[in-house]
Amino acid sequence: MTALLFFYFAGTIIGSALLVILLRNPVYCTLALLVMFAHVAGLYVLLNAEFIAAVQVIVYAGAILVLYLFVVMLLNVKREERFQRQLIPASIVGALLLVEVVVIVFVGRFAELTGQFPQSRIEEVGSTAIIGRVLFTDYLLPFEVASLLLLAAMVGAIVLSKKSGAGVQGPGSGKEQTGSRVQ
Amino acid sequence: MVPLSYYVMLSAVLFMIGLIGVLIRRNIVIILLSIELMLNAANINFVAFSHYAETITGQVFVFFVMTVAAAEVTVGLAIVIALYRRRATLNVEELNLLKW
Repeated sequence: MTALLFFYFAGTIIGSALLVILLRNPVYCTLALLVMFAHVAGLYVLLNAEFIAAVQVIVYAGAILVLYLFVVMLLNVKREERFQRQLIPASIVGALLLVEVVVIVFVGRFAELTGQFPQSRIEEVGSTAIIGRVLFTDYLLPFEVASLLLLAAMVGAIVLSKKSGAGVQGPGSGKEQTGSRVQ
Repeated sequence: MVPLSYYVMLSAVLFMIGLIGVLIRRNIVIILLSIELMLNAANINFVAFSHYAETITGQVFVFFVMTVAAAEVTVGLAIVIALYRRRATLNVEELNLLKW
């Protein structure tokens, strides 16, 4: 049953990922990515990472993808030349790298690892509680750095998407300076 | 039970699809979508190894990868909007001001 589910999720993930890079209309590409995110979340549930699966659906499918859809629909670019001239070299390089990885995976051996958190313990305490504890003890500094990164990204996004020329004005002067824009 | 190598393989295929997408597409938004594909490939690897090695560190790292992805998306899309406002194109072959 687990194997069947895995192959269903894997097949759908690869199919929708191919649709993302092959479809012509950017809106359809974004929707294909939505399908892929949902199935990746299913794969996480299969791996007993329920918290990560929930975060995947909420953050990726809920927030990031909606942002993409907003921008795609805002810019409204319908027709485009799809592929660059790099199609053939890119396919060759990609296929070569893929063969290499597959060979390494088949030749190599993954060691049997046993860590602190076997399946029984995770089921006992709950994956959210364990992640929270580890996040706020062992990884407290990276956690704070991540929050700083988000703050910087937020400020950067606001500054970048402002109308040019309005940046030197203080807040409250609502005038648009489209005329004096320097090309 | 599915062996770990299947997950690694899936993630490798997904990463290659994302890489090819970055290399061949012209629309800058689709290039950002392909970067999301690659980040998800890395996440699948993290969670799979975290499950099979019986540790929780991989899932914590997925958390951080998602943070970085969110930051990348906000700044990237802001740049795309600023570019479109100035140049009225999303084609990366026309956005070559910094080339050479």
